[in-house]
Amino acid sequence: MADVNFKDSDFEAEVLKSEVPVVVDFWAQWCAPCRIVSPIIEELAKDYEGKVKVGKLNVDENPQVSQTYNVMSIPSIIIFKEGQPVKILIGAQAKENFKRAIDEVLSS
Amino acid sequence: MENKTYDVIIIGSGPAGLTAALYTTRANLKTLVIAGVKWGGQLMLTTLVENYPGFPEGIDGPVLMENMKKQAERFGTEILYQDFTQGNFDPPAGGPFKVSTTDGKTYEGRSVIIATGADTKWLKVPGEDKLIGRGVSSCAPCDAPFFKRKNVVVVGGGDSAMEEALVLIKFASSITLVHRREEFRASEIMQDRVKKNPKIKILFNTEVKEVLGENNVTGVRLFNNKTNKESEMKVDGVFVAIGHIPNSQKFQGIDIDGGGFIKVQNHTKTNIEGVFVAGDVHDAEYKQAVTAAGFGSAAALEAERWLENR
Repeated sequence: MADVNFKDSDFEAEVLKSEVPVVVDFWAQWCAPCRIVSPIIEELAKDYEGKVKVGKLNVDENPQVSQTYNVMSIPSIIIFKEGQPVKILIGAQAKENFKRAIDEVLSS
Repeated sequence: MENKTYDVIIIGSGPAGLTAALYTTRANLKTLVIAGVKWGGQLMLTTLVENYPGFPEGIDGPVLMENMKKQAERFGTEILYQDFTQGNFDPPAGGPFKVSTTDGKTYEGRSVIIATGADTKWLKVPGEDKLIGRGVSSCAPCDAPFFKRKNVVVVGGGDSAMEEALVLIKFASSITLVHRREEFRASEIMQDRVKKNPKIKILFNTEVKEVLGENNVTGVRLFNNKTNKESEMKVDGVFVAIGHIPNSQKFQGIDIDGGGFIKVQNHTKTNIEGVFVAGDVHDAEYKQAVTAAGFGSAAALEAERWLENR
């Protein structure tokens, strides 16, 4: 799977106006715990292919979106549905936690 | 259930756990490391480590841990990125120990090394919990760039508090180190660096009583324990570095002391035969990466000896 990278410029079109829920992994190069989350996010992208859009957002390169959603600690994973942030998970955690959150969003 | 039995199950993947794995695999013992989701331990939350020997220019904590992991894997260590949930440390005579993880699986080991280390100790004051990730942090190397041109406090008086403050000087406009005692317990070299830095202000005899703010940190309420005076200070961030709590709570049947540390006999042994312990989960005294690694190798050698004599 090619990496999906969201940007300030395409965030509205790609995330807020998405037909399906979107999982956004806020990360940066300098963040060690982000490296723990990255492979989990890639697995989730495969597991939920077609049902959920999964991608990353580099907070250094995209300060606007990061500020809008008040991201002050990374990794932060925010799930968007119909243009709204509906789940926020801060810090590295188990794949099961992410799955549970995504499943809840899908079934709501 | 996995139907294979390991010679050694190591719980934890900091310097103690991974060094133990290096030794057990090189002794040809079948080894599983239950690394946890947030593997690598406290060094994953640091930047440059200057007191681990062998790296004259220092080495990044996360890089050091990735190297330790690779080295353990090179000799056949299996690594599981799940959290430990519970264990049966009182098996029928001669039977294997059973260890379960968050994915619902149970693993069997002829011996166990507990190397679960210690986690951030939070202040436990009003406002703190709900603002974690919203201005409250325990990891300056992770979160400092979000505090560009902002004002922050760092709470604590040890080496890790000094490191947090020094990481923040690259980003924040002002850093106030708040410590409840009259002097720091950090090493001289770290204290010097902090005291010489014009961006860092120091408040001794001062405690944080409350973190203020609704959606973000807006300030802290401080208490001077010498003058008994309270004051408020406007800040955007609170970095907590007041120490660590040993991760000893989930090991039923294993004795712990009043401070929560696993009780250790002869450097590496718990109260149960065949269950060993290494690193910050038992070490109330030194708490260094290099001592944890040392304890890890000692526990591995003892586990090996114990398995041979069964």
